[in-house]
Amino acid sequence: MTLAAAAATAANAPLTAAANAPLAANAPQGFLSPTGVEIAFLLVGLVTLGSAIVTVTTKQLVHAALWLVATLGGLAVEYLLLTAEFIAWVQVLIYVGSVVVLLLFGLMLTRAPIGRSPDADSGNRPVALAVAVLAAGSLVWVVVDAFRTTWIDLDRAADEAQGSTAVTGKFLFRHWVLPFEALSVLLLAALVGAIVLSRRNARMTRLNDTPGDPRTPGDPRTPGDPRTPGDPRTPGATGTLGKPRPPGATRTSGDTRTSGNPRTNGAPSDAPSDKEQR
Amino acid sequence: MHLAYPAVLAALLFCVGLYGVLARRNAILVLMSVELMLNAVNLNLVAFDVWLRDALHSGQALTLFTIAIAAAEIGIGLAIVLAVYRNRGSSAVDELRDTAEGPDDPDDDAEGVAAEEPAPAQKAEAAA
Repeated sequence: MTLAAAAATAANAPLTAAANAPLAANAPQGFLSPTGVEIAFLLVGLVTLGSAIVTVTTKQLVHAALWLVATLGGLAVEYLLLTAEFIAWVQVLIYVGSVVVLLLFGLMLTRAPIGRSPDADSGNRPVALAVAVLAAGSLVWVVVDAFRTTWIDLDRAADEAQGSTAVTGKFLFRHWVLPFEALSVLLLAALVGAIVLSRRNARMTRLNDTPGDPRTPGDPRTPGDPRTPGDPRTPGATGTLGKPRPPGATRTSGDTRTSGNPRTNGAPSDAPSDKEQR
Repeated sequence: MHLAYPAVLAALLFCVGLYGVLARRNAILVLMSVELMLNAVNLNLVAFDVWLRDALHSGQALTLFTIAIAAAEIGIGLAIVLAVYRNRGSSAVDELRDTAEGPDDPDDDAEGVAAEEPAPAQKAEAAA
């Protein structure tokens, strides 16, 4: 039934609405006689898909970020082939330029291992593979069945410069101003939120520990120092769940020898340690 | 150009991202996979915008908005991952089971309880 409807649409489109309807299919183009743009799109798409697969399967975390660059760059080329210039350059600027750099910073700050990490994948890998293959199969089937007789008129889009900066600026600031402004507020909120999230922890632990436990002002440093819990990917890494507490436990065991340690670290610990030595 | 090319590529990219989200252990790699999924949606939006050519250019506008939201998301996500790493010493998503409940992980629960319980008691001692 879908086939019949699609065929009817394809047959009717050139007759009825070829002049003005944007949905009109270009009858002379065939599925098995790809144009140059289609071949280029296919090749770049294969590269993009391949680097995406390497991104999610490689064992080296930094390489995953670098393959992500290839994926996003390939997508930018695809945008260019679809005559969306402005989006392509925005993609290059924001994704390749900042998001990947941010991800690399995140990898470095969480002390990701440089070499191969054998446990980069979690235990539910077969389930994930099954779900992904099932989703890919059904999605591709639906999409191909739905758009089998649909063509994009790239020449006309290129003639009208649909994706140029001028057209983008016009529609963005003529029709989409309010969402644009709301988006800028969202970006500001995200900026402030990121700063607060990365600052609040040290302060909160200090505030929590100073009045409650006078002898553990050094504690925020221990969980705060990523070197102390050791390699997060060691098999005993589940033991690090309890790590923030045990240093306090050893330190509060009653002897004043260990309490000399936090005293040298900062001013807030001076008064409690003095009180304790008295 | 046949519309099936970008649509199929977007569907496959989305499923690759889906696999990454489900299979990866490091939280930052999960974020990378989320980026892949968002990019698949962007490709779909751009392709359908070029196909439909509506006056508002909804596809390209929504693509720009999605890119901006993805940038915000990655900033917040990395801040959360760094905070978790600072507190736990690990950014593996399957080790963060504090809110997990159930009989499948008695070790984690027992460990968490054992780690949580002595601290208040010793705090009381210290205060005394």
